[in-house]
Amino acid sequence: MNGMNGMNGMNYSVMILGMAAVTVFVKAIMFILGDRVRFPPLLNLALSFVPVTVLTAIIVPMILAPHGKDMELDWHNPQLVASLVAVAVCLASRKQLLTIVAGLAMFFAWQMWMHV
Amino acid sequence: MNIPSVKELVSAEEWQVRTDLAACYRLVAAHTGMLVIWFTTLIVNMRHMLYAATLLPYVAHLPARWRWLLGFLLTDETFAVVASYYQRNPNPPYGHWYFLGSGLAMYTNWQAWTLVGLLFGAVFPQLQSLGLDFAMVATFIAIVVPQLKRLPQLGAALAAGCFAYVLRGLPYKLGLLTAVFIGVAVGIVLTRGRKLEESRQEAAA
Repeated sequence: MNGMNGMNGMNYSVMILGMAAVTVFVKAIMFILGDRVRFPPLLNLALSFVPVTVLTAIIVPMILAPHGKDMELDWHNPQLVASLVAVAVCLASRKQLLTIVAGLAMFFAWQMWMHV
Repeated sequence: MNIPSVKELVSAEEWQVRTDLAACYRLVAAHTGMLVIWFTTLIVNMRHMLYAATLLPYVAHLPARWRWLLGFLLTDETFAVVASYYQRNPNPPYGHWYFLGSGLAMYTNWQAWTLVGLLFGAVFPQLQSLGLDFAMVATFIAIVVPQLKRLPQLGAALAAGCFAYVLRGLPYKLGLLTAVFIGVAVGIVLTRGRKLEESRQEAAA
């Protein structure tokens, strides 16, 4: 950030306001312009896969490499153990809240146990 | 030996030009830094365009002020909740109120806890090692797993997860974005393959 040396408080405010504006633009632009376009069927099919892919893509690195470095594929990784339990509970019960509570309980219990 | 400074060597006019130019360079440098940051913000938040495109059919009929508001409130978590809600209820008359409720709840919760962290975070130095973000993992598991009943969805999620892990080192969340595109492509191929299979079976019968 060599170029930022000349920034003062005013400039930082402009920078943050600009970031906010860009963020709102990125989030809202589709909703604003979208009522005039009609997506082709292939694009609709593609978009139907966005929820499962993006949510999985967000959590898998958090589970397998919780410290942001190498893969921690062993029983010392509470994120991994608790995720496996959450998946099992979800498959068996089909109840969202139970899945979340069981996953979190397992996570904190396992973490405490590993630290003893 | 006394080395004369540039100011002593040049005319007053040239000195003025030089200082003006220097100020200009500083200004441009600061603004280039800002442009880079704004562009980075755009790339880092690009996935929200995918979220908005996915939810568009459910909000396209709303007045513009509603669409601005819901766009403003769109976050990873709200997308997770609202997308799965619309999947279970394809045509809810008050769906946008559900969206608004989720968005407001997530947004105020996020801001409130950010403020708490800002004010009191220093009191709990161990906070980061507690792994509180696992709440998000558990919630997303509860949302995603029931949607993996069909093969195309399962394949898409597996591909996205693998590539998100492999590409996690890429900057600006580009690994995440790439993983989503690959996962979506796998989902499309599997859907097409399945349709081909079905039509072939129909033709044989």
